[in-house]
Amino acid sequence: MRAAAEEKARTGEAPPAEALHRGGPGGGFVLPAVRGVAAGRVIGFAKGLGGTAVSLAVTFLGLLLITFVIGRVIPIDPVLAIIGERATAAQYDAARASLGLDRPLYVQFGLYVWDVLRGDFGTSLLTARPVAEDVARVFPATLELATVATLIGVALGVPAGVVAAVHQGRWQDQTIRFLGLLGYSMPVFWLGLIGLLVFYGKLGWIGGPGRLDTSYEFVYDLDVPARTGAILLDSALAGAWDIFRNALSHIVLPASVLGYYSLAYISRMTRSFMLEQLSQDYVTTARVKGVPERRVVWVHALGNVLVPLITVVALSYAYLLEGSVLTETVFAWPGLGLYITNALFSADMAAVLGGTVVVGLVFIGLNLLSDLLYRLVDPRAR
Amino acid sequence: MGLGAWLTTDTPRSRFQARMGQTYNGWRDLVRNPLAMLGLAIIVALVLMAALAPWVATHDPIVQTLKDRLLPPGAGGHPLGTDELGRDIYSRIVYGARITLYIVGIVAVTAPVFGLVVGTAAGYFGGWVDTVLMRLTDIFLAFPRLILALAFVAALGAGVGNAILAIALTAWPPYARVARAETLTVRNADYIAAARLQGAGATRIILGHVMPMCLSSVIVRVTLDMAGIILTAAGLGFLGLGAQPPLPEWGTMISAGRKFLLDHWWVATMPGLAIFVVSLGFNLLGDGLRDALDPRSAPR
Repeated sequence: MRAAAEEKARTGEAPPAEALHRGGPGGGFVLPAVRGVAAGRVIGFAKGLGGTAVSLAVTFLGLLLITFVIGRVIPIDPVLAIIGERATAAQYDAARASLGLDRPLYVQFGLYVWDVLRGDFGTSLLTARPVAEDVARVFPATLELATVATLIGVALGVPAGVVAAVHQGRWQDQTIRFLGLLGYSMPVFWLGLIGLLVFYGKLGWIGGPGRLDTSYEFVYDLDVPARTGAILLDSALAGAWDIFRNALSHIVLPASVLGYYSLAYISRMTRSFMLEQLSQDYVTTARVKGVPERRVVWVHALGNVLVPLITVVALSYAYLLEGSVLTETVFAWPGLGLYITNALFSADMAAVLGGTVVVGLVFIGLNLLSDLLYRLVDPRAR
Repeated sequence: MGLGAWLTTDTPRSRFQARMGQTYNGWRDLVRNPLAMLGLAIIVALVLMAALAPWVATHDPIVQTLKDRLLPPGAGGHPLGTDELGRDIYSRIVYGARITLYIVGIVAVTAPVFGLVVGTAAGYFGGWVDTVLMRLTDIFLAFPRLILALAFVAALGAGVGNAILAIALTAWPPYARVARAETLTVRNADYIAAARLQGAGATRIILGHVMPMCLSSVIVRVTLDMAGIILTAAGLGFLGLGAQPPLPEWGTMISAGRKFLLDHWWVATMPGLAIFVVSLGFNLLGDGLRDALDPRSAPR
């Protein structure tokens, strides 16, 4: 997990640049040089977008191809699952035709892509509802968890990375590095279980599994209008502070467990970005000018680190979605991860593959978002 | 001439001597890093434990003794206690090391080799080969690893073999990227041109002259990746998709101990500690190896 993330972060700059080259000469050549700067920026940006859009479409199709293949290699015969084993051969063929399974594979794949584009992921065996509807219902819970975890990771990880870079090689650096390695090495589900054992079972400081206490769940369903699906936000908007407090006591442990991972990743990347900036000439200049060291580090250098950090934060956000599968299982958190694993145990392949596609889409979307932000913020990337 | 002088000489007489000297220097860098040595010690201990399991373990890992169920650590000759079927947890962890090493070993051999082939081919040939192969790599990278592995195992059925296949299928793309990047840096080097002028074919150049240049970065990546592989395997086991009971796989053991968490904490905690220590060992060693072999990330 970490290796892939670092790899992506390191090569994060490459795709936009390649995309720009493929787009031919930038907008600056087309327009008069005088007003070329601002306009060229916009056109270059748009051309970069075009290249990104094409590669996104290809990635998206590839993603669907993978889930399509997985859906076809399962040992369960989808026709038999519907009509039962006692059906006649004629009934079997009719059902097969109605599912489109008698057509060539490439036609089936085309139909599958078309279905997904229309938002049709099939019907879940377990809930007997469209998978898309199910996913829309459970996704806010995952999003809420991942967001709080990312906030924790950024709030602690960035300062930790800066401190490690400033004290490079000394005990502060070693300690932070070691704490990060601890984070990378712990199985997330185990850390969650231990957390539950200590803070819920023994100390009773926090709420247990689930998003709310059962008594609050009814109140929440009845009294609080579901505006966003995120309980913390909804209850705050409705002014229901007792629900807010209860939700907070439930989310704090799973979010901290997940946040530890993003902390480990973010602090490591912040450290290496900071080391790079601190060796630049402008830092020396600022020091020579007599700018206080604290300002040099936290304003001058950190300001330039924030741009590449956007990519890192977006990536860690995406990886939290992955970690959420295991975390949600441990904390009975009714999100996408728990939905996928529950579907898995009832051989509900439509739900498993639908959930997988959605996670893949969010992954691609976050990559695109970080790419766009990066290009908007950093003039060199245009 | 002593061995030390032979290794550290500035004027090696043979290719073998130069290579040994380089390895020796890297090794000395590594030895100076106490955390990396700790990691190495953990891994050596793991391998020994797995190899000598019948002698290290105190009980049979599978046989159930129901009258001794859920004994706390230390009671009745069970150093780490017993599980819900009266099996000795310590012995199960010892035998579980074999399963973990088996999974990690196979993935760590297959995935990098596949990634290496894809990456070097993409980098060496360039053009449309590069575009197609790298697009494929990006597609696999676009999936979160565990979720893709989950979908694969769901389709293929639970079990150690399928878990290995699923993890390997999701583990190769980073290697392909690393190998491609390294290939691009050597592709236009004079020594490659010289080999080509002597009539060497593409296969020969890639296998004999490009791949060796990629090896050191790939090895570092493998070591750093080991922890991730262990955690993914344990995660699949925890979800019930990896090794099936009664096999003593660590993730499966945690999953079983989960039901008794509040009253019998040791059942889930002990195998988790084992996973944690082992993946920490790989992470520490990988970190040290990277510092020793990769001058770019060495502390300045």
